[in-house]
Amino acid sequence: MSDPESSIVQFANVGLRYGTDREVLSDISFTLYPGSFYFLTGASGAGKTSMLKLLYLAQRPSRGIISMFGEDVITLPRNCLPGVRRRIGVVFQDFRLVPHLSTFDNVALPLRISGMSEERLQKPVADMLEWVGLDHRSEARPETLSGGEQQRAAIARAVIARPEILVADEPTGNVDPEMAVKLLRLFEALNRLGTTVVVATHDVHLLRKVPDSLIMRLDKGKLSDPTGALRYPPKRDLPKRDLPSRDVPQRELPRK
Amino acid sequence: MSTPSPIRRGAPRFGDSARLLQQARIAGPMPWVIAIMIALTVMAAAAGLALNNIAGSARDEIAGGITVQIVEGAPIERDRQAERAVSYFSNREDVASVRRVPDEELSALLAPWLGDVGAAEDDGVPIPALVDVRLSGPVTAQRLRNMRDELLAQAPAARIDAQASWLGPVFDAVRSLQFLAIGLIALLALTSAAAVWLAARSALGSNRETIEVIHHLGGTDGQIAGIFQRSIAWDAALGGAAGLLLGLAAVFMLGQQFAGLGSGLVAGGGLGPLDWLAIAAIPVIGIVLAVITARLTVIAALRRMI
Ligand SMILES: Nc1ncnc2c1ncn2[C@@H]1O[C@H](COP(=O)(O)OP(=O)(O)OP(=O)(O)O)[C@@H](O)[C@H]1O
Ligand SMILES: [Mg+2]
Repeated sequence: MSDPESSIVQFANVGLRYGTDREVLSDISFTLYPGSFYFLTGASGAGKTSMLKLLYLAQRPSRGIISMFGEDVITLPRNCLPGVRRRIGVVFQDFRLVPHLSTFDNVALPLRISGMSEERLQKPVADMLEWVGLDHRSEARPETLSGGEQQRAAIARAVIARPEILVADEPTGNVDPEMAVKLLRLFEALNRLGTTVVVATHDVHLLRKVPDSLIMRLDKGKLSDPTGALRYPPKRDLPKRDLPSRDVPQRELPRK
Repeated sequence: MSTPSPIRRGAPRFGDSARLLQQARIAGPMPWVIAIMIALTVMAAAAGLALNNIAGSARDEIAGGITVQIVEGAPIERDRQAERAVSYFSNREDVASVRRVPDEELSALLAPWLGDVGAAEDDGVPIPALVDVRLSGPVTAQRLRNMRDELLAQAPAARIDAQASWLGPVFDAVRSLQFLAIGLIALLALTSAAAVWLAARSALGSNRETIEVIHHLGGTDGQIAGIFQRSIAWDAALGGAAGLLLGLAAVFMLGQQFAGLGSGLVAGGGLGPLDWLAIAAIPVIGIVLAVITARLTVIAALRRMI
């Protein structure tokens, strides 16, 4: 395994089984580097969602070691986990917007959880809604949003608190190819600001849309890396800036 | 990289956390359930406290009390023996006070049962003479027996009774009623806790998605439990206030009826300031109980998520 100091996520011999079934993930070892863009591909049932659940701390592995931000998250006391989760943004496959909250309140949720005052969060949330093109729908309930709008709201919520890692499970699963590319541009823009991005998809056409991306492939619970990305640190220049803090972005966000 | 530290309680709370819960609050049955529980508890507590006061004041009054009846048909002989009894007790050192109950008082006391006895006296409805004696110290069976023997030598028509002895069964009944009230209160508290537990669980169920999302976005157990606590505290405060009013109304109405009886025994059952304070504390205790129950329920459910 390479220099742990420069890595943001490390899996070592991770295995996962649900109950007493066979392992759905076995011998998973890899290192993710800050500021890189990863795709996780594999057939349906290969274990992509399961691996992302390990990544966003919704699931404990049955064996192996997972460290994130230089901490062994498996042995970390339970009351420290929320702190780690706040550094991870998640786009769920089914969005999971809170149904009785407006788009604005959904997107503001991570900031409210982290205790930001109401007056301080108004502007970043408004900016973020504008960025994803939902400023005119900020008072709408999720059920009144179109599929693509819901997707963008979910993405806005995932990135509003400037997470250090963004985990997205089939974020383009339910939208047309045009929208899929548009959403990918969002992730790229975020990635350029220093966020490590992990996108699970079974859409192989998507992989070519992000030139600098690294590809992990899951096959029946085993990991392979066709580009060799996981064995060597990425060749391309990493962004020289610091990792984004969890504070509100001071920088200009790119337009959609 | 900085070591992750636990996110402490007291730190972030949600601005308007109530909106995170889907459940409309007044519409739910929760405040009504709590209101009924609190009303019943208030009534049971008021009854228990009143009984306690009745028992206490009656005990004070009759401790050391002896009643002597002179059951003698001939008025003159009756008066003679009554006077002897009075002088017998007056000469004893262990007697605090002796009083012959005047005949007018006696007939007034008996009027509700026997009609105007004063007038009937001449027609031969005999009423006994009563002597009220208060001993210093408690009335033991031994003391009573000695006094009875001595008194009978002078006033053969005397019947002597310790007031405590004929009130004994009443005391026993009052005590059982008190235990009943305490048992009722305990049962009501248990039922209330169970009701809150069920309500918290159903709220947890209908908000499961929201909770999972907040959990995954880095919400702490304390924050999530806090949302429920505040919602339930509000329900409980509402229900508690309604229940207190309901319970007090019932207590006042019963109190009026008992006051109407004008019985000396019940008059001792009035509630003092401390009693009212204890009754006022019931809804507060109810709220605290509800909040603790809700917290424990939610935290236990959250522990099942990693
Ligand atoms: N909670 C669970 N309990 C038991 N088995 C599960 C659970 N979740 C997933 N599995 C099983 O684990 C395997 C991998 O599932 P997973 O959802 O990770 O696949 P996936 O790669 O995301 O598939 P898809 O592309 O269809 O979303 C499947 O065989 C699935 O049935
Ligand atoms: Mg999946």
